[in-house]
Amino acid sequence: MSNTIIELKNVYKTFDDGFTALKDISFTLNQGEFYTLLGPSGCGKTTILQSIAGFTEVTSGEVLFDGKRINDIPANKRQLNTVFQDYALFPNMNVFQNVAFGLVVHNVNKDEIDQRVHDALKLVQLEAYANREISELSGGQQQRIAIARAIVNRPKVLLLDEPLSALDAKLRKDMQYELRELQQQLGITFLFVTHDQEEALAMSDEIFVMNKGQILQKGDPVDIYDEPINHFVADFIGESNIIPGKMIADYQVAFLGHQFECADAGMRPNEPVEVVIRPEDLVITTPQKGKIQVKVDTQLFRGDYYEILAYDDQHNEWLIHSTNATKDNAVVGLAFGPTDMHVMRYNESETKFNSRLESYED
Amino acid sequence: MAMKKSYKGLFYAPYLLWLALFVIAPVALIIYYSFFDIHHQFTLRNYQDFFESGTYLTMTANSVLYAFLITLISILISYPMALVISRLQHRNLWILLVILPTWINLLLKAYAFIGLLSRDGLVNSLFSFFGIPAQQMLFTDTSFILVAAYIQIPFMILPIYNSLTDISDSYLRASSDLGATKWQTLTKIIIPMTMPGIKSGIQIVFIPSLSLFMLSRLIGGNKIITLGTAVEEHFLTTMNWGMGSTIGVVLIVSMVVVMLFTSTKRKGRRA
Repeated sequence: MSNTIIELKNVYKTFDDGFTALKDISFTLNQGEFYTLLGPSGCGKTTILQSIAGFTEVTSGEVLFDGKRINDIPANKRQLNTVFQDYALFPNMNVFQNVAFGLVVHNVNKDEIDQRVHDALKLVQLEAYANREISELSGGQQQRIAIARAIVNRPKVLLLDEPLSALDAKLRKDMQYELRELQQQLGITFLFVTHDQEEALAMSDEIFVMNKGQILQKGDPVDIYDEPINHFVADFIGESNIIPGKMIADYQVAFLGHQFECADAGMRPNEPVEVVIRPEDLVITTPQKGKIQVKVDTQLFRGDYYEILAYDDQHNEWLIHSTNATKDNAVVGLAFGPTDMHVMRYNESETKFNSRLESYED
Repeated sequence: MAMKKSYKGLFYAPYLLWLALFVIAPVALIIYYSFFDIHHQFTLRNYQDFFESGTYLTMTANSVLYAFLITLISILISYPMALVISRLQHRNLWILLVILPTWINLLLKAYAFIGLLSRDGLVNSLFSFFGIPAQQMLFTDTSFILVAAYIQIPFMILPIYNSLTDISDSYLRASSDLGATKWQTLTKIIIPMTMPGIKSGIQIVFIPSLSLFMLSRLIGGNKIITLGTAVEEHFLTTMNWGMGSTIGVVLIVSMVVVMLFTSTKRKGRRA
């Protein structure tokens, strides 16, 4: 592909203490797209970011930028910039000096610096704050200045290391819109690192779900949410009910002693599988109409929905999102259609998973 | 409530007592004595003498010059040292080794240097080994300044080292990420951010260097007369306590001046 900007080829990273942070990481990033590395803390997502930025050396494998190997190029010579988790705004400089820093060290002339700093501040809607000290800014404003400082050098790729994690919930949501808008406005590649699945789903063109130094699944947000590859991804991305079952035949799955029609195929007959049903796909109905019967245990009002915890007669826990409340301790039926279920095989590789899905989907 | 308050006051007592006995009283006494001549008569003569006589002014200029050189040399040696130590793996051990000599008595260290620098000392023996003729090193300005700088270096390194280790790695990464070379990061980020450390180092080193009477005697060979030696001279030899106190007042005032020059404008760092 001609518009590949960053490529990682079989990257491994082992630290001095023997801890392997990255195991055989390979992926390509295209120009102008929004990518997210998503995973729990310690999964290696920040290590990937640092090896692209040049703050850490990979043990083996190649990091390519614009088709050229950059493994041995120091961070200050790489044409990409980073927004840090703690922003790392220099406390000895004011807003203008912080944003101008990347231009000053490149000996850009003064008029151009003034113009470009002004443009960058305008882009993050803080042009009136040029002469403020960093300590006078709120967390959200510091966040924007950090972004302005990172884009003033006009990088081809912007790396963002959990930049929203220090903001409160409301501001975080606002910034999600703004970041997405900014990325589309600038037309550059964003590589965003987060442990927050909501952020990842909301902003990304493509998500890489990571755990223990490996990329488990990559795909667009809808695919990853609807068709997680395994238990970990299903559990990590959103809330889910995961029930062990058995694949009787193509489009036929059995669990909890019943056989159901489903939308998955391509497995061995009678193969043990796991079935995922998202809580919002479960509809509460009468015990007679429901496909399975559960007893309501607890209900929590979440504002836009009720979160209902219930148990079936085999003591499996069921999480249901419903706009209406139900009665505590009531026995209710749960209805769901064939496409509400997603069947996962144990230990299936991403390549096999994708080709199996392709074999029966159009 | 009232009980609690008096209880709290008890904790202030040692500090207030210290302040009164060892700070306010001595300074007040020095100022008081500076207005009396050798016959215990009230006079402004001491100050007049000080500012009119060329001797005292030259002495002051000399003291300031020597203290400045000592401070400058200690910064030039301490900063790179602190920078290197702050990057080492067992940096706490290395910084301890730097601080270790301060636990040894100043007089002992001075005598050790006499042994090293004297005409048939270790340094000259080494010189003769390489065929260099014996040098007169003791009782020179250079040896005085170098030994004084050696004594002051730990006091300079410590605040600089502390401010260096306070700098979070992410600032250095950010600087490099934005394209700064290592040198640019040093001059534009590290040094400005460690300025408070450098300033407190100057405060700790410059003032005592104005009055290093023991070293100027032992290493400088009494040829170097600083304000410190003059104070000692007036109190112990000529018994002119008034003049000694006047010089003391001048030292206190210069201390205040240095403090004002090096006081850090609080910019308020993010937590």
